[in-house]
Amino acid sequence: MSYVRSAAKIFTPLSDDVIRGLSAGDRVLISGVVYTARDAAHKRMSEIMGRGGEMPFDFSGQIAYYAGPSPTRPGAAIGSIGPTTSGRMDAYSPALIGMGLKAMIGKGLRSEEVRRAITAHCGVYMAAVGGAGALISRSVRSARVIAFPELGTEAIRLLEVEDFPAIVAIDSSGNDIYR
Amino acid sequence: MREIDAELVSRAVAGLCVEANYDIAPDIAAAFKRARDTEEGELARCVMDDLLENAAIAAEGALPLCQDTGMAVVFVETGQDVRVTGPLTDAINEGVRRGYEDGFLRKSVVSDPVRRANTKDNTPAIIHYDVVPGDSLVITVAPKGFGSENMSALSMLKPSDGIEGVKAFVVETVRKAGPNPCPPIVAGVGVGGTMDYACLLAKKALLRSMGSPNADAFWDEAERDLLNRINALGIGPAGLGGRTTALAVFIEPYPTHIAGLPVAVNIGCHSTRHGTVRL
Repeated sequence: MSYVRSAAKIFTPLSDDVIRGLSAGDRVLISGVVYTARDAAHKRMSEIMGRGGEMPFDFSGQIAYYAGPSPTRPGAAIGSIGPTTSGRMDAYSPALIGMGLKAMIGKGLRSEEVRRAITAHCGVYMAAVGGAGALISRSVRSARVIAFPELGTEAIRLLEVEDFPAIVAIDSSGNDIYR
Repeated sequence: MREIDAELVSRAVAGLCVEANYDIAPDIAAAFKRARDTEEGELARCVMDDLLENAAIAAEGALPLCQDTGMAVVFVETGQDVRVTGPLTDAINEGVRRGYEDGFLRKSVVSDPVRRANTKDNTPAIIHYDVVPGDSLVITVAPKGFGSENMSALSMLKPSDGIEGVKAFVVETVRKAGPNPCPPIVAGVGVGGTMDYACLLAKKALLRSMGSPNADAFWDEAERDLLNRINALGIGPAGLGGRTTALAVFIEPYPTHIAGLPVAVNIGCHSTRHGTVRL
């Protein structure tokens, strides 16, 4: 890429207008709320969906962050919390996007099915820098478990974040920075 | 016969688990700086700056470098004139248990690969023993994250595939891994032995220090060529494009069978964590 804009501040919940303004390669600083969910939580949500149950949070306009933090020290908001590899969530993501999930943060490649779901529903996939969990932790103001506490690090957590650093990896037009 | 207290082993292992997860090795930090200066794109430079800042934050001691504090891979060189007071494997696992608990490290191990219940103390460790001459115990702990482990691969090549076949498989493995294993990666390559041994060699290769040449000129040349070819892939820091896809390629060759040419590629993330003590 020849030119990269400096980071744009965006706020949750994300509107379609804001999402349409994002292009693959843009740096963003996210403030508001993101929900952690990784392998085990996605499997649980998929099971709930299968039996028509109630989801642990309202997906509309929200961001799922593929992350499982290290333990929180006393007095800290959270432990290290960088992204995990997104591809493992590919099997589940199109259904969640169909239910209103607007954005995902992780690292690495997504499937063609996920890319299509993103373009069909005006979504966005963002990458955080893998292996920078200590740095990313600094943008988390608070964290609380809102579902599946028995999953430990894999529980769903509501994070309040301020200037969480990410890069747009797949934009709402389907442009993919990795390909 | 020299005696070593099992408690000493546990303490050493616990300390290594913590140190490896908080303190980036100086040779890796230097490689980050070189990569930062090599990159021309703004995004690639930003990523390298982020990794340097991340290492500085972790070094303060409150947050591990990465939330994936790994499965504890432990290499033990046991001097044949050493006796440990108590079961050595238990002492090592006790060290892992303590290090991961006291160091606020994530417990990422499940007891069964399909049924997947978390063991809640990050044990068992993966332990490789080597019996060597002498009366020392040398312990290396290499916490291995699975973003990079998952992108590793093995191929049982034919002898006729030769060095070009080996190189092609290494480059293809890194190309397919793309942005997933947290580039810029370290590529550990095991060539020869048996199927299992090639994988062990690949993992051991990740322990080498940045910038240390291969002792064998033939393999040293292969490492240089592979590093150039991998960096020509353009995957770059965090997979967002750039000149630095790998920080290093380390090859460990070993004798093999007349019918075989096993090649294993173990990918390490940019921070490729490990630490060693001699007791």
